[in-house]
Amino acid sequence: MASCGRAAGAGEVLAAVKQALNDEKLQARLVQTGCIGPCYLEPLLDVQLPGQARVSYGNVTPEMAKRIVVQGLRTGQLPSHHAVGHFGDGEAPVSPSLPRFFDLPMLKPQVRIVLKNCGFIDPDDIEHYLANDGYAGLMRAFEMGPEGVLREVKEAGLRGRGGAGFPTYKKWEVCRNSPGKVKYLICNADEGDPGAFMNRSLLESDPHAVLEGMVIAAYAIGATQGYIYIRAEYPLAVRRLRHALAQMRASGFLGTDIQGSGFSFDITVKEGAGAFVCGEETALIASIEGKRGMPRSRPPYPAVSGLHGMPTIINNVETLGTLPHIMRNGAAWYRQYGTEGNYGTKTFSLVGKVRRSGLIEVPLGTTLRRIIFDIGGGTRKPFKAVQTGGPSGGCLSAEFLDTPIDYESLTAAGSIMGSGGLIVMDEDTCVVDVARYFLDFTQKESCGKCSPCRVGSRHLVEILERIVAGRGEPEDLTRLEALGETIRRGSLCGLGQTAPNPVLTTLRYFRQEYLAHVKEKYCPATVCRELIEYRVIPEKCTGCQRCVSVCPTGAITGPRAEPHNLDPSKCIKCRACYEICRFDAIAGDAIIIRSRRKMSDEHAHRQELR
Amino acid sequence: MEAAEDVFAGCVGGEGELIPILQRVQQKEGYISEKSVRQIARFLKVSENQVYGVASFYSQFRFVAPGRHSIRVCLGTACHVRGGQILLEAVQREVGVAPGQTSADGRFDLQRVACLGCCALAPVVQVDEDIHSRVTVLGLKEILRAYE
Ligand SMILES: Cc1cc2nc3c(=O)[nH]c(=O)nc-3n(C[C@H](O)[C@H](O)[C@H](O)COP(=O)(O)O)c2cc1C
Ligand code: SF4
Ligand code: SF4
Ligand code: FES
Repeated sequence: MASCGRAAGAGEVLAAVKQALNDEKLQARLVQTGCIGPCYLEPLLDVQLPGQARVSYGNVTPEMAKRIVVQGLRTGQLPSHHAVGHFGDGEAPVSPSLPRFFDLPMLKPQVRIVLKNCGFIDPDDIEHYLANDGYAGLMRAFEMGPEGVLREVKEAGLRGRGGAGFPTYKKWEVCRNSPGKVKYLICNADEGDPGAFMNRSLLESDPHAVLEGMVIAAYAIGATQGYIYIRAEYPLAVRRLRHALAQMRASGFLGTDIQGSGFSFDITVKEGAGAFVCGEETALIASIEGKRGMPRSRPPYPAVSGLHGMPTIINNVETLGTLPHIMRNGAAWYRQYGTEGNYGTKTFSLVGKVRRSGLIEVPLGTTLRRIIFDIGGGTRKPFKAVQTGGPSGGCLSAEFLDTPIDYESLTAAGSIMGSGGLIVMDEDTCVVDVARYFLDFTQKESCGKCSPCRVGSRHLVEILERIVAGRGEPEDLTRLEALGETIRRGSLCGLGQTAPNPVLTTLRYFRQEYLAHVKEKYCPATVCRELIEYRVIPEKCTGCQRCVSVCPTGAITGPRAEPHNLDPSKCIKCRACYEICRFDAIAGDAIIIRSRRKMSDEHAHRQELR
Repeated sequence: MEAAEDVFAGCVGGEGELIPILQRVQQKEGYISEKSVRQIARFLKVSENQVYGVASFYSQFRFVAPGRHSIRVCLGTACHVRGGQILLEAVQREVGVAPGQTSADGRFDLQRVACLGCCALAPVVQVDEDIHSRVTVLGLKEILRAYE
């Protein structure tokens, strides 16, 4: 029951199960868990009968849920329809061929450390967390002392998961050694990257893991007060965090003299107010202080002078969520995952045009190909690109599919790791439009303090808007590159410095597509609306009139049962007819390229451009 | 003044309280009115300009009264590549207002948001507390009908 499950209808499923149990007078224990990852199977319903392994059902509707539960509890035999996998090593219930859940193609290549509890425990119940070794890492930290914790984290080779991959212990050491009456620890849960939701899922599914990590980090650096800065768009995560904090206080894991260690620390939740730049450390601090979230130049780094001028450490949700595992199992254990210099695992949100979308965790060094094709199941239409690192990242083409995912390799390819959003694009995605989208985003989110970022990105958007509207010229490409370089070098904070990345990488790897737009006024992906036009394919149209009923402008007319007529001058390209037509009469070749309208062999031309 | 009183309860009046106070006012009244800006400025002993300056910086705060239901269309990356923009236009047509506005009958207000964190089920539209996933232009009518 994380946000994504709810969005897919888990709430209705839960209600149906409750109702069924009630109506049929059946006994069962209902547990709400967080997100286990394969969002494409949501809503998921797991049922465990006495003496049997837990069985997971995917894409469950309320009616199905009712049937599964009633039949299972009545007969002791769960139905096989829609069962996707079972948990544990025992015999498969339902049918001998039912795979283990973690052997499903999406799960098998994954290594789950941070996400270990997600989907298994009730995030609102600290007892569940404790039963899974919760807070054992903290107790071990207390045994080792702050220096010991620092050493362990250093040996584990942990690098910050918030984007830049800075060694965690180094930052901590600076803070620990900085003079200051008080020190602060801030958990950065702003997750402003559109298309990324790893931090939200972890907070909703296993809040105590992050909170335990915060206490460990605070202990290592000597902080007495902590904050979680979280976006207000994540109300469920906020609610679960507040609940978890109350439980921690009641159990003595927070407050004065935690577990008799002599260490005192408390945590406050601060809700952000919706500004992407607030994920940047200095802007985040300004925002907590109640100001506009404007970055300032560094040094001094927050580790020396941060919140209220005191030494402050800001760590990402996932960085903190990893700490309990390192403390529990030791640095050597952690280092067996990943590659030299890039140890451990990283979570990603795998979204876009990929078949199996969701939340995943893999060892660093896994290739993009393995993630997109083995885990994600590839794309339905031919693969075109993957955007890594969000608005500050880059778009990589198919030739980079064998790139291992680690900080250095992605940077070498012209992109970045960023927080971990992976947006997969297929032939139906226009990379020029995507570049325009990202620049529009950064331009709107620029805090406006420095002009290269404020004015420069505005200008980039204007050029890109011209290109997608078919008014671009070949010289625009060099303009984009020159301007991009200037912004990159002249901006004050990471937002501006990375803003041109999406344009620069797409220009580098998809130049043909830009050229098609500026020279031929042609959008190969048929996305740019000014460059396309809809029509009806007469051979396919049955005259069922469904499109007529949905067209908001009355652009489609036609006698019933005969091929219809679409008036391009009235059409606003809302795509409603495309969605409703059952006969593909307004799909594929029906979306034609305006400038090529009269060319007889449009298809051949498309091939030639590739 | 009494409307503001419980909003200020527990606050001692420091700059750091400005954003939480704005959030509480918005939660209570649905938006930040001129009157509340005045009250907040007086309470925190800062200028009205500063209150406005901070409030307008963050996209969360709104300055017009909301409708009975709030629609948020996600225009994040995942939603964008799956047709979020077209969906936004469809919503605009359906309720007859632009983002940031409230419909004349007070039924809906409309906002665009950067990401609702349900990207795997894109495109996503939120109405009040409910998040609707994999929304199509056609499904939209059906969804909105449920909110009177
Ligand atoms: C514009 C901008 C936005 C950022 N957004 C986030 C964010 O949403 N979450 C995050 O953890 N880090 C974000 N960062 C990176 C943080 O500033 C910081 O490096 C990170 O939180 C440090 O944590 P780590 O050492 O654990 O990685 C952002 C940076 C910039 C420049
Ligand atoms: S780079 Fe952009 S966001 Fe960063 S300080 Fe400059 S204007 Fe603000
Ligand atoms: S795309 Fe929209 S406006 Fe155009 S014909 Fe189809 S339904 Fe009508
Ligand atoms: S991009 Fe729409 S929910 Fe994330």
